[in-house]
Amino acid sequence: MTGQVVIVGSGHAGFQAAASLREEGFAGGITLVSADDGLPSQKPPLSKGFLQGKQTEESLLFRVPAWYETNAVTLRLGVRVVQIDPLGSQLKTETGDAIPYTHLILATGAANRPLPCPGADDVLYLRNLADARRIGARLEQARRVAIVGGGFIGLELAAVAAENRKTVTVVEAGSRLMERVLPPVLSGVFRRVHEQQGVQIRLNTVAQCIEKQNESYSIQLSDGQTVAADLVLAGIGVIPETNLAQAAGLVCDNGIVVNEYGQTSVSNIYAVGDCANQYNPFARRRLRLESVQNAVDQAKTAAKHLMGEAHPYRVVPWFWTHQYHLKLQMAGISAGYDQFSVAGNPETDTFSVYYYADGQLIAVDSLNRPGDHLKARKLLEAGSCLPAHSER
Amino acid sequence: MPTITYVEPGGAQHTLTLPLGATLMEGAVQNDVKGILAECGGSCMCATCHVYIDEEFLDLLPDIEEEEAEMLEGTTAERRPNSRLGCQVRVSNKLDGLIVRIPDRQ
Repeated sequence: MTGQVVIVGSGHAGFQAAASLREEGFAGGITLVSADDGLPSQKPPLSKGFLQGKQTEESLLFRVPAWYETNAVTLRLGVRVVQIDPLGSQLKTETGDAIPYTHLILATGAANRPLPCPGADDVLYLRNLADARRIGARLEQARRVAIVGGGFIGLELAAVAAENRKTVTVVEAGSRLMERVLPPVLSGVFRRVHEQQGVQIRLNTVAQCIEKQNESYSIQLSDGQTVAADLVLAGIGVIPETNLAQAAGLVCDNGIVVNEYGQTSVSNIYAVGDCANQYNPFARRRLRLESVQNAVDQAKTAAKHLMGEAHPYRVVPWFWTHQYHLKLQMAGISAGYDQFSVAGNPETDTFSVYYYADGQLIAVDSLNRPGDHLKARKLLEAGSCLPAHSER
Repeated sequence: MPTITYVEPGGAQHTLTLPLGATLMEGAVQNDVKGILAECGGSCMCATCHVYIDEEFLDLLPDIEEEEAEMLEGTTAERRPNSRLGCQVRVSNKLDGLIVRIPDRQ
């Protein structure tokens, strides 16, 4: 098969689309366009190993630089796409260039939700390598670090800062940590460990305004208290990058709406990764997932479909976070569970939580139990319906 | 810099010179050796960088930690005495000449 595939976005989804097309034998042109100017590289280590100094920039690259030439993947890095013309099958870039395509793959990802309070101009967010470099440099200088948002990114950053002996405060609007995705028992473990590491956790609290005084900041909290910090970070969720798609008339609803193969409402335009809203058989509803697994597997599905192989997307969603000694692996989507059981020992931070809906296993969270996680993915993949109270 | 030979499930061989400190997983994936998925990017989270290590080098490798051992229990291809996760083995000069065989499933 030939033609010109243009991919917008060089994160996990965009890169994987290019790699999978070549693996599937696509013989036409592939152009990867990205506003980011570095070679495509992994994102999860940015809030963990990279900031800890354990992983270098080189180690994060998806492929060595020569791979792109060998595989005839044209990189157009540092190039911002400003318009999609679906009728003319071409893109326009910020500098006025036109890039024609026969198929377009949107892997535009998501942008950080900005902190909606006065004085937030200096707040740093983490999304790409440039952000991580900036945060790393500022972290070195800082003594006190305030982090708004007690989700995965905020807490991973808190763990890195605490391990570097910073005075760390986490401000979270919810009543517990990672509330959107974790049950109370797991939120509790993470809170205990962060507090043992000296992190101050302020729950049910939002930042109302940030005042800059010389080189430091004073954050006014909704509970009337203030937090002083040399560096303010925020991780309060993301907004899918759908502007290009919306302006082009593609159907969007919390992301770019796609079918089971990743096609948008225009059949030669696909959307994959954080920006795509797709029916997920394991969640039994449409949703938008923000994970490496989803980005990679959606890209593979789209590449296959483009090559004429129609395999509906059906992969068990899985996620992970790593904070201090806590390695949490999540398989399936636990939202909507009506029963759960715990196996292992919460006292020693090694246990798994099994979630059920209508008597069927729908998700498993494993804390420092990697074997449970791998088994869980196989069980969920097989559509296993274990009885809710089985001993294991 | 040490030289490592990867043998793909189909028999194709790649002999690569890798930078010190790179993991066996990174060396394979970045150079497009087929058969290693490394879904988690080297965080010891997914067990999809399972490899078989040349027996004569086994003793030179870092010990298997509990976490890796547990992940190896869950590999898709058969676990053997010389099974390791590629993300947990860093390349050093004493591993020069190492042959790494990649299983047919991850």
